Order: sequence, then C-alpha cells, then structure tokens
Amino acid sequence: MMVLSIIMMTADHRSNMLNGVRSLFSLVIYPLQTIASTPNNMGLWFNEQMNSHQSLIAENESHRTENLLLKAQLQKFTSLQAENIRLRSLLKSSRKLSDQMLIAETIAVDLDPYKRQIVINKGQLNGVYAGQPILDSHGIMGQIIHPGIPSSTAILITDPSHAIPVQVNRNGLRTVLYGTGAANLLEVQNLPNNADIELGDLLITSGLGGRFPEGYPVAIVMNIKRDPGQPFAQIIAEASAHLEQSREVLLVIAKVKPEVEHGTTKQNAEPANKKSEGLNNHE
Amino acid sequence: MSNRLDSHGGIVIWASFAMAFILSMIPMSEAIEIYRPQWVTLILIYWCLALPHRVGIFTGWFIGFLLDIHMGSILGQHALALATIAYLSYRLHIRIRLYPLVQQSLIILLLVTLSQMMLLWISGIINQAPGDWSYWLPSLTSMLVWPWVFYLMRGIRRIYGVN
Repeated sequence: MMVLSIIMMTADHRSNMLNGVRSLFSLVIYPLQTIASTPNNMGLWFNEQMNSHQSLIAENESHRTENLLLKAQLQKFTSLQAENIRLRSLLKSSRKLSDQMLIAETIAVDLDPYKRQIVINKGQLNGVYAGQPILDSHGIMGQIIHPGIPSSTAILITDPSHAIPVQVNRNGLRTVLYGTGAANLLEVQNLPNNADIELGDLLITSGLGGRFPEGYPVAIVMNIKRDPGQPFAQIIAEASAHLEQSREVLLVIAKVKPEVEHGTTKQNAEPANKKSEGLNNHE
Repeated sequence: MSNRLDSHGGIVIWASFAMAFILSMIPMSEAIEIYRPQWVTLILIYWCLALPHRVGIFTGWFIGFLLDIHMGSILGQHALALATIAYLSYRLHIRIRLYPLVQQSLIILLLVTLSQMMLLWISGIINQAPGDWSYWLPSLTSMLVWPWVFYLMRGIRRIYGVN
C-alpha cells in the first residue's frame, strides 16, 4: 500500500497519467459534495422565497437601470471595437477575438483550508478542460486544475502555488502576480524598487503565457513597500474578483484549446516566463 | 468468510464514512474551519478498533484515496496517511479497546497528529506546506470529540448489529 501510494504520488506530481482516475472517482465524490452543499443552498433558496414582492420589484428596477447603463456603454464599446479592428488591420497585426463564456455555479463545499480552491458544477460533460480560466463579473478568479466529469476543481489566483502574468493597466509594465494563500491578497515579487507602479494601479492580464485571455482585471495595488536594502519592492494587491463570495462564475471558452500538460506544470511554466519578464521590465 | 456475516451492516459502515465526508465538506466560516476535526480519520479509527476483521488497511487506503480526490491534493497523500493510521490502529486495537476513554482520546491525539505530520511531510516535499501552527488544531479538536464519536458509533453499531 505504501509503495503504491508513493508510486501514485510521484506519477501524479510528475505527469498527468492519473487524471483519468481522478475524474472517474470524482463521480463518487460528487453526490457527497452535492449533499454537503444542500444546507447552504437551502438557506439561499429560503432567503429568495422570503423576499417580499416590493423588494423584488425594487431589485428588478435597479437591474433595469443598470442594464440600461451597461447597454449605453456597450454601444460605445462596439464602435470602439470596430475601430480597433480596423486600425489593427491597417497595421496588419492580428486582431483580438471576443471570448465566449460558459456560466457555472460554485458548489458550496470546503476543501483543504490551506489551499485556495473551489468546486464548480460543470465538468468534462460541458467541455471543461484543465487550464481553463474562470472569472466572475469583477475579474479573473483562477483556472481549472482537475476537470471531473460532472464537476471540476479550480485553483484561485490567491492559492500560494498559483502565478498569473499581468501588466499594469496605466503603463503596460509587465510582471507576475503570485497568490499568498490569504483571502483576496496577491503579491508582486519581482519588480525592482524603482519600477513605475503606484497605489491603486489596476493590474490586468497580459495574455502572456497563453493561459489567460488578455485584458481582464486581476487585482488592484493596495500596498507598496520600497526598502532600499532590498532588491525588489514588496507589492501587495487585492483581487478584483469577489473570490470568496461569487456563486456564479464564468468559464472562458478558448477558440483553440491550449495543449495542457499537467495541472501543476503551470507552476513551472509561469515562473519560467516570470524570469523573462523580469528582464523585460528593464526595457 | 460467510456471506451472511459479511453483508451484515456493510451499508452502515459506508454510510458512516459518507457522513464523515459530508461533515468534512460542509462549508464553514474561515474562523471555525481551522478547528474542524478530522472526521474521516476518527471514523476510520473507530471501525479499525471495533471491527478489525472488516475495516483495515485497504479500507483506510481507499477512503484516503477518495479524500485526495475531494481535497484536490496529490493522489496518494491521504491514502498513505490513512493506511498507516489503519495499520497502527489494527496493530494496537486490542490494547486501545481496554483503555479508559480519556486514555483512548490521548491515543487518538497521537494517531491524528501522526497522520497530519505525514500529510505535512508530503506537502513539504512538493513545496506546498502550510507554515502555520494552527495546522495542528484539528488534532486537538479530534481528541476532544473522540468520546462523543465513540459513544455515538458504538450506539449505531449495536442498534444495527454491525459485526
């Protein structure tokens, strides 16, 4: 048993041989997870039922106004997008495609308290694949690591083993954001003290690394400590997405499925492009 | 292995494991979550002590394997830890059964701490170790809930005549 466990752990850590086994047995776990999340769902359902007619009307009204505002902004956006495509085609550079989304719900279950992971109710049946980015209405949340059959496990950007390539929205400075393991907090480890980054800067995905689509908000810089004795500035950012609250999440469907080697290889892949970006920062 | 005896209460054993799984999944606020006892480990130890001829290393390993899948940890981590715990409880079951409940709880503390230490080592090897003292709190709470788990499970075992 011991030898089998050790062989399995090695196989799982080094390669993706066991992904099939994992998704197969997640079928056994899924009913249990569903049962475990029922008290929570019932609470939500009860809340919804108890909402008065008036408050529903008020909510409806506010949604309508919000919808109107968003639509108005969207009109501008469409024309801007058209303009952008035209300009890009003038420059003969590739144009950006808009991304398709799949909506999933989180299953309210607790996993390992020292990791930041969530379970969602869409799996391989719905075309979910490892490495698929997930986001909510406010920003990037994370990516799928273990796609099961009816459900999948996703790693949040705050998990200590997660890294995501980003750029500062204001000036395009590229860097990598690492998870800290604390709720909603991320850190930038590899920007020099004199880097042009300020409090309140919005960090968006840079699209480098090919995993996350470009241009989605990830985090906002909330604390910068520049210690002259240290080579790098200590920068803490707060995730834009409501990582701990979101019930509905969006899965980005890539036009071309990336060739994903293994869930943990992102730890190798992304720090690797961190190095190259670290150099690019001096440009 | 007679068929009648084998089929006796197997459902109860698996249902108790399912219950333990659900207890360890139910969402809790972050402040309480770190105190959550290791329900699955406790139930496994109980069955290893009560019915060592039916629940043993293989069951422990399989339960740990399912736990790995649920937790999203590396496959084999919990399996290895729980198989070890099942082995130890199996080796010591005659002795532990005779201990008074307080002393039993102390043994439980040892066993759960050992399983957590194995999990920590494995996490450490793959560079994901939580560096926090609160990591050990579940061992303590597991020890504190053991008497209740023990009485509850003994009651269930006697009512359903699991043997």
